[in-house]
Amino acid sequence: MRKEELQKAKDYKYGFTTDVESIRAPKGLNEEVIKFISKIKKEPAWMLDWRIKAYNRLKKIKEPNWQKPKYPKINYQDLYYYSAPKSAKDKPKSLDEVDPKLIETYNKLGIPLKEQEKLSGVAVDAVFDSVSVATTFKDKLTEKGIIFCPISEAIQKHPNLVKKYLGSVIPVTDHYFATLNSAVFTDGSFVYIPEGVRCPMELSTYFRINASETGQFERTLIIADKGSYVSYLEGCTAPMRDENQLHAANVELIALDDAEIKYSTVQNWYPGDKDGKGGIYNFVTKRGACRGKNSKISWTQVETGSAITWKYPSCILQGDNSVGEFYSIAITNNHQKADTGTKMIHLGKNTKSKIISKGISAGYADNTYRGLVDINKKALNARNYTQCDSLLMGNKCGAHTVPYIKNKNYCSIVEHEATTSKINEDQLYYCNQRGLNQEEAIGLIVNGFCKEVLQQLPMEFAVEAQKLVGISLEGSVG
Amino acid sequence: MLEIKNLKASINDKLILKGLNLNIKDGELHAVMGPNGSGKSTLANVLSGKNGYEISGDLKFKGQSLAEIPVEERAQKGIFLAFQYPLEIPGVNTNNFLKTSLNSVRKATGKKELDTLSFLKLVKDKSLELGIDEKILSRQLNVGFSGGEKKKNEILQMKILDPAFSILDETDSGLDIDALKIIAKGVNSSRANNKSFLVITHYQRLLDYIKPDFVHVLSDGKIVKTGCSDLAKELEKTGYKKIN
Repeated sequence: MRKEELQKAKDYKYGFTTDVESIRAPKGLNEEVIKFISKIKKEPAWMLDWRIKAYNRLKKIKEPNWQKPKYPKINYQDLYYYSAPKSAKDKPKSLDEVDPKLIETYNKLGIPLKEQEKLSGVAVDAVFDSVSVATTFKDKLTEKGIIFCPISEAIQKHPNLVKKYLGSVIPVTDHYFATLNSAVFTDGSFVYIPEGVRCPMELSTYFRINASETGQFERTLIIADKGSYVSYLEGCTAPMRDENQLHAANVELIALDDAEIKYSTVQNWYPGDKDGKGGIYNFVTKRGACRGKNSKISWTQVETGSAITWKYPSCILQGDNSVGEFYSIAITNNHQKADTGTKMIHLGKNTKSKIISKGISAGYADNTYRGLVDINKKALNARNYTQCDSLLMGNKCGAHTVPYIKNKNYCSIVEHEATTSKINEDQLYYCNQRGLNQEEAIGLIVNGFCKEVLQQLPMEFAVEAQKLVGISLEGSVG
Repeated sequence: MLEIKNLKASINDKLILKGLNLNIKDGELHAVMGPNGSGKSTLANVLSGKNGYEISGDLKFKGQSLAEIPVEERAQKGIFLAFQYPLEIPGVNTNNFLKTSLNSVRKATGKKELDTLSFLKLVKDKSLELGIDEKILSRQLNVGFSGGEKKKNEILQMKILDPAFSILDETDSGLDIDALKIIAKGVNSSRANNKSFLVITHYQRLLDYIKPDFVHVLSDGKIVKTGCSDLAKELEKTGYKKIN
């Protein structure tokens, strides 16, 4: 390998591609491609109709452009909308039947499925490009009546649940990227927790973008029936590539009466190189509906990757006494950009929301917190607390806070606190004097800054995330 | 242990240390006294390797030049600085910080890293020995600590890291008599043939509890007088003005 290639490989640990032959839909976005996807997924007619409806809507609307990070125009006709590892066409019945090349990729990522199955108690629905190739722990979950499967499987096997809830939180007409996803989504996870069931393990999906020039359009739907509980983990890495890649996933959560959903994300996609070339566009729509009384949805995200991160995991607090939480760490280094935050829509009485956002900028990066707290006229005694902290490293980066607050009744309380600070040279000196090198010191200080969010993560994620926080900022202080 | 020859240091083109000579042998405790602005803290910073100073002259630690050695490596080699103003680091647990610190030093010196249990035992023993409430260790590093707690925490860190050479930069300033005794105990219980100390102070008071082998008077960037512990008492009576 040439020296610079070696350096690149070193810079991004997960920057490798697996040589697996791919089945692809022809380039471009049209009805034929949507029919191709629907057909290859063996979808019923109602699903295809749903997609076509979204596509027709898409033709009439434009991309939003109010966000802070600008990006070059995306040519939607120049993308592939379906790409699957060929060997997954005949679905494997067990892990033994999975393409060894895929298993090798997972091993490089540090998620050997077989060992995970035994050791960690985490059920992994691994998505490689667009097709789910292996689902583990199914039996244990089936015992409790829990459904955890690729959404393409759920469309065939549980059409009533899918019909009832798909698009019920993010309508097909919502906005450009959500509508695009509705038209062309390929796969993703489906979770249903029956009434009164507490899911006995963390459910986890690893997404991975692989084939060149393939946009990722994942679709996730999680339903927690009355009195149930589930914690879901999403972690991502992607191989390095020079061309920008669009990722427009949709995630919908529904919590019925007394149910709770905890959704945690660690996002570590290819951020582009030091000069801002390449990297993923992470334009994701995540929204949860606390539909039942006393329900709760909690989003935790650690966003360290992608060239541009543009997302607002939100909660619609419909049920009385329902609770929405958003804990976020967004780290941007070099030329990365993030415009992220949340929306808390209070509709029910006594609804509560809490927003804790930690933004860290280094290099030439730009980090924006944008959030909406909207308290409806009928949401009596609603309560919101928002805290936005920004940490700057160096003097070429930016941090911005854009809170929108709408309080439409007389008895609700909204609090907003925001701080901006610079990493302090004397703090670094103090750590150095105790034997910590520069990177250890930064890792320590930044982890301290993010503590309130990190401690929301499930154990197995927290350790990984703490390391990631340090790694993401390597070389950011001279 | 430490040899300083003709040390000059300036910051922002302002010369602060103007040719300082000092020789500290193994097992010795030296006190440096001097008026405000005489360069005491600069000396502590320069010895620890803090960035931002323009430096000339010889600085040798255990026979090795420190010229090119960064702060963390000096710390790993056994130079410890008890800060005059210990820094607050929000969100960082004091125990966790100390463990990271101790293991960085151990790793650098080829020793095995301590696991959490052995570490906690060590911390418990040392805080008990000094009479420091170990509750401060489960709090965020120096955040919301009183002045006394911060200084005690510095001395506890010194005990745990067990460095060959410790610099105390006005650790006694602003302390009540009980805290002062804890600081003195920390130093006295650490004294050994292979350990040396440089104690920077304004007042003679600390030296009632810690017996220095030598007392130096620093004035205008130079050591102007050296004596035994009686010198400190004399200074207390006459003040610094008479020395020159």
